[in-house]
Amino acid sequence: MSDNQKIDKTRRNLVVATSVAGGAASVGAAIPFVASMLPSERTKAAGAPIEVDISTIAPGELRVFEWRGKPVWVIRRTKEMVDSLKLAAARLTDPGSSASKQPEYAKNEYRSRKPEVMVMEGVCTHLGCSPQMKPADDKAEMGAEWTGGFYCACHGSKFDLAGRVFRGAPAPTNLVVPPYTFLSDSTLLIGEDKKGA
Amino acid sequence: MASRLMALWDWFDSRMPSVGEEYRKHMSEYYAPKNFNFWYYFGVLSMLVLAIQILSGIFLTMNYKPDAALAFGSVEYIMRDVPGGWLLRYIHSTGGSAFFVVVYLHMFRALLYGSYKEPRELIWLFGVLIYLVLMAEAFLGYLLPWGQMSFWGAQVIVNLFGTIPFIGPDLALWIRGDYVVSDVTLNRFFALHVIAIPLVLLGLVVAHILALHDVGSNNPDGVEIKKTKDANGRPVDGIPFHPYYTVKDTVGAIVFLAIFCIVLFFMPELGGYFLEANNFIPADPLKTPEHIAPLWYFTPFYSILRAVPPLFTSQFPGVLAMGIAVMILFFLPWLDRSPVKSIRYRGAYWKGALVIFVISFAVLGYLGVKPTTVWGQFGFDAFFLDTKDRATWVARLCTILYFAFFILMPWYTAKDKVKPVPDRVTM
Amino acid sequence: MRTFLAALLFAPATLLAAEAGYPLDHAPIEPRDLVSLQSGARTFVNYCLGCHGLQYMRYNRMADLGLTEAQIRDNLMFSAEKVGETMKIAMTVKDAKAWFGVPPPDLSVVARSRGADWIYTYLRTFYRDPKAAHGWNNKVFPNAAMPHALWKVQSESSAVQYDTTVRDLVNFLVYVGEPSAQERKSIGIVVLFVLGVLFILAYAMKKAFWKDVR
Repeated sequence: MSDNQKIDKTRRNLVVATSVAGGAASVGAAIPFVASMLPSERTKAAGAPIEVDISTIAPGELRVFEWRGKPVWVIRRTKEMVDSLKLAAARLTDPGSSASKQPEYAKNEYRSRKPEVMVMEGVCTHLGCSPQMKPADDKAEMGAEWTGGFYCACHGSKFDLAGRVFRGAPAPTNLVVPPYTFLSDSTLLIGEDKKGA
Repeated sequence: MASRLMALWDWFDSRMPSVGEEYRKHMSEYYAPKNFNFWYYFGVLSMLVLAIQILSGIFLTMNYKPDAALAFGSVEYIMRDVPGGWLLRYIHSTGGSAFFVVVYLHMFRALLYGSYKEPRELIWLFGVLIYLVLMAEAFLGYLLPWGQMSFWGAQVIVNLFGTIPFIGPDLALWIRGDYVVSDVTLNRFFALHVIAIPLVLLGLVVAHILALHDVGSNNPDGVEIKKTKDANGRPVDGIPFHPYYTVKDTVGAIVFLAIFCIVLFFMPELGGYFLEANNFIPADPLKTPEHIAPLWYFTPFYSILRAVPPLFTSQFPGVLAMGIAVMILFFLPWLDRSPVKSIRYRGAYWKGALVIFVISFAVLGYLGVKPTTVWGQFGFDAFFLDTKDRATWVARLCTILYFAFFILMPWYTAKDKVKPVPDRVTM
Repeated sequence: MRTFLAALLFAPATLLAAEAGYPLDHAPIEPRDLVSLQSGARTFVNYCLGCHGLQYMRYNRMADLGLTEAQIRDNLMFSAEKVGETMKIAMTVKDAKAWFGVPPPDLSVVARSRGADWIYTYLRTFYRDPKAAHGWNNKVFPNAAMPHALWKVQSESSAVQYDTTVRDLVNFLVYVGEPSAQERKSIGIVVLFVLGVLFILAYAMKKAFWKDVR
């Protein structure tokens, strides 16, 4: 190899080496900038789990709590409401909740830890509107087959009392169940799975 | 793979040939003198700091709140709650001071080698404009943390505009948008600092570099390399900017970044020069701190302002002196009557004058950080002593020396004995 | 010239001592001493947090001091509910002004404005003054509106023990002033190392290209 070729090879090698090292350093330098856009401590604190008192929720009543900016519904289901869940099964898009989002302990027929307490996000899985509760006796509006549940006014999706979506609705999946824990019979911690149900 | 890339480039180049043309004109076929030394790093470093400030500034703006009630808290939010926020803040605060270090050294190069002289006067004029705009940008930005120094510094400087005869008070009111510096002022300073002035700055930098490239760079010998060309029409003492100076400036940039990072990671406050202690106290319009001083890069001019005594109860003479001290820079190409560019071939008058100028500027800068009582009082009394503070009299002397450098320049540069300038550069 | 300029760098540090008048003792704090920091946190929460908030500091950040969330909750949280909350106080500025004349300032960044030495000396120079409304005066901050909040601690400790308590408290306040300080320094070392490697490569590259330039 001539001298000139050797010089060129040295130059090229050093350019490559410096570029690779420089590129790696630049990626390292970029990390804090990108990371700064992740949720801040303030955001994480605001999104922290909430403790709510459910002792005053009457049977059949729905109460709304806010968590991470979204409405979270807690319903004290009556025995009739719990029993009616079976009747709707045939008309559901995802009766086994296999495509839907919920914690492991809510992947049952009641979609909850305890059948008499239903916890779910009141946000339609279609485009995010908040559905209205329609009780079982509202057959005039909801039709003869209605056994109770929710109706989303935006695009007509219907959900049962366990948040499961009915076929024929634009919403693809059941209402999301957030993680939650019973701190006692009267207190729920919404937003976190703690050991000890 | 390489041929695919070449094909891609050809597709692009045939549709937008100006990109390749400009690259050749400004990089691979821009012939710069081969004898650039240490002083020639600072132009590129200025551009690097500008890029750093814009990048860190963008990310800071994602979390900063330009509201008097929220601003101070939002900076602490960035320091504590935003992941990596402390780093963004320190990059921007260190960068602000680094910008002036680099720009002052860049300007000093021009003084050393006569880079402002014919045919490069326009580059110098754009440069002084950039310096002025940069001072405005720093002043506007400093209000944003809404600390005690932010607030009172802004209050004092805007009031200075108020001393201008006839239009002063209305001008100050218009700048503030309120009767005192307030939330209204903060919001508009934010808009100016974040977008308006940076756009002006970018435009001026482009103009500055285009004007430079049209004429060609100066060098430490002050020799015009375009006067001696080879058979291909290229200056014999020139080398293509790329790859020679891209490669050399990479080294310079890394050294600069190392110093920058030492400050940023180990002493971001730099003893109170880069981050003032008083600015960790939220702005209080009812309580002035004992000692207001601008940041170090303004202090030479602040010293001049304080040194000039009031005339008929008006502070305007001091304001005028401070203004002229900056504006006189514009006239430098015409004040310097020397036939020779570089200090290497100038005589004792110029060298002496430059040393005195630098020392005066530095002393003025130091005194500007301190209260006027820093060097005590004179023991004696005299009719002309409106103040007995020694520091004020030293500042007055340095102010006179500062102005003398410029005002007497046409005389001493014409009289100066110069050495013969070579035809070719010396390495 | 250069040494002159370098000397200028350290000038502002003298500003603090020069202006305060009262000579300040050097606060012998060690920012990496987690036990000291934990002790300081405990002192602050027990004696200072009643009047002085730390509104920019979150309780759960004190995990930096080697504490678990449970420890923070059990030992350091008296009025707050959630560990992610900021260490605010319940007193409003309006009430504070009415009760104390001057609202007790938030101390989140007091270590950055006053400095560790000032706080360390201040907390150790309270003395009884019958002329003052609350019976106390201070050598570093004459006619301070603040009473000697640590008087009980001081009376129950030896001089050395009290100095240590104050030292730990100041250490904690310095930490609160800039919780990311230690992280900053460690990252700095890595960054300088990377720049060192880059310098070697870039310099070799420069030399290779400039070989033929005479």
